[in-house]
Amino acid sequence: MQEYEPIIGMEVHAELLTESKMFCGCTAEFGGEPNTRCCPVCLGLPGSLPVINVKAVQYVVKAALALNCSITPNSIFHRKNYFYPDLPKGYQISQYGDTPIGQHGWVQITVNGATKKIAIRRVHLEEDTGKLLHVEGDRSHIDYNRGGVPLMEIVTQNPPPPGLDQIQSAEEAKEYLVRLRAILTYIGVNDGKLEEGSLRCEPNISLRPVGQIEFGVKTELKNLNSFRAVLRGIEYELERQEKVLLKGGKIVHETRRWDDVRGATASMRSKEFEQEYRYFPEPDLTPLRFDAQWVEEQRKALPELPDQRKRRFIEELGIPEYDAEILTDSRPMAEFFEEAVKLSADAKSVSNWMMGDLLRLLNATGTEMEQSKLTPSHLTEMLNLIGKGTISGKIAKTVFEEMFGTGRRASEIVEKLGLTQITDESELIPIINQVLDENPRIVQDVLGGKDKSLAFLVGQTMRYTKGRANPPLVNRLLRERLESRR
Amino acid sequence: MILSREDVSQVAFLARLELTDEEKDKLTGHINNLLQHFAKLQELDTDAVEPTSHVIPVENVFREDKARPSLPPQDVLANAPESQDDCFAVPRIVET
Repeated sequence: MQEYEPIIGMEVHAELLTESKMFCGCTAEFGGEPNTRCCPVCLGLPGSLPVINVKAVQYVVKAALALNCSITPNSIFHRKNYFYPDLPKGYQISQYGDTPIGQHGWVQITVNGATKKIAIRRVHLEEDTGKLLHVEGDRSHIDYNRGGVPLMEIVTQNPPPPGLDQIQSAEEAKEYLVRLRAILTYIGVNDGKLEEGSLRCEPNISLRPVGQIEFGVKTELKNLNSFRAVLRGIEYELERQEKVLLKGGKIVHETRRWDDVRGATASMRSKEFEQEYRYFPEPDLTPLRFDAQWVEEQRKALPELPDQRKRRFIEELGIPEYDAEILTDSRPMAEFFEEAVKLSADAKSVSNWMMGDLLRLLNATGTEMEQSKLTPSHLTEMLNLIGKGTISGKIAKTVFEEMFGTGRRASEIVEKLGLTQITDESELIPIINQVLDENPRIVQDVLGGKDKSLAFLVGQTMRYTKGRANPPLVNRLLRERLESRR
Repeated sequence: MILSREDVSQVAFLARLELTDEEKDKLTGHINNLLQHFAKLQELDTDAVEPTSHVIPVENVFREDKARPSLPPQDVLANAPESQDDCFAVPRIVET
């Protein structure tokens, strides 16, 4: 049977966290009542002229540098001409051809222990479009609040130049987006919200017979609003294409929309004509010229990036690479970790609690780290209680959940719920005697050399004490009591 | 003939111009006349010349990132051919 291999390209759009729009002074903030954030410039009214938002340019330079790109010394804007009501001007101001702000970069990803440097072709600046609202009846509604918000586009390069790689699986595509998001949120140019659409990804996907150099026909995917959707959408599309090809069919170059509920992609009505955008240099804007020294200053001013932080976590704090990778995926996560380590010094237990219980609770409740009531000192105070033997590791799980849900302190929760660990022998001995009395057969097994059965007796004791007994103490007392029954 | 009548129809389509057959014929002639002048210019050897994107030597004209009040909504929609529920209304666009 013919075998195929995937080639995946990623086009990512990131709205920039500026105060105002790209070419006018309307606020760039998310939301607002429809059409309340518009002016003659972003409405494309005759006689209005755009002026470049300097912050947006700086942000793209920053991002391009963080993505290991070179900065194009002379960068210009272009008009992309098309008639579609998502922009009122009849064109989008974008950057075309060989003059985007940044070019030739890469993002490092690690999937299943294998590290790849994914090649980036270009990073450019453009304006976002308005929102089309589909309503009942024969009309569509348009809200131009988002029209003109600074938008950065980041495109991968396939095939990659020597020394760099391309994305070849859904897992790698997801990881690329995870790391890209981490970088953009670290440097503070984008808020990374896939659900709100401030970070959007449109992968293009194709299969080629193994051994063939030319790429197969690709399809583009839209409407991937979460990391899970990226993963599922690409996986679905790869399977669909493989089925078509194995049956001797042909892939049609088209845009397909991911339906998260149905778990399938469907063709969006293909355009009657291939788009002809008739790009030309935007005459209303001046070219950008970047001074080499200024670019160097920007590079030096970059904050610590996720990969650097990851290495520091591994080398200085001694946590495993896998933990370091997850903890540096988001800046709030990494900062929580670092703060907690400062307070407690035990990096490994902090990491364990974050990787386990914290991530689980964040996911289960759909909470973002930065909205969580839990602070680093909550965690380290609880770790202290474990260290002092006030609570057991098992009880700590209950305490942790309670802290996460209510924002109360560990000591307060322990006191209120009576969760203090039982370390008093005289309190435990009657319970242990009762467990031994109730399980004569197990007692005989253990005494007969079946040491594994001891775990059952420990479990019973923990049950009677609602998990509050100190496990090493229970073990020791059980052995002593058992011996006395020999 | 540099552009065919079909090319002219396509350009008209892209610009959303509805042309009669006579107009297409007439404009095909006009455009080709115009393009002949450019064909003359094309004869020049410009290999050593950087493409010109802007004719005025001005660079890096920026505005500060400061938000300013937008137009009142009624002014935003004042020139809309049609509006509904504070939105611009256009003939239905089918997306899927």
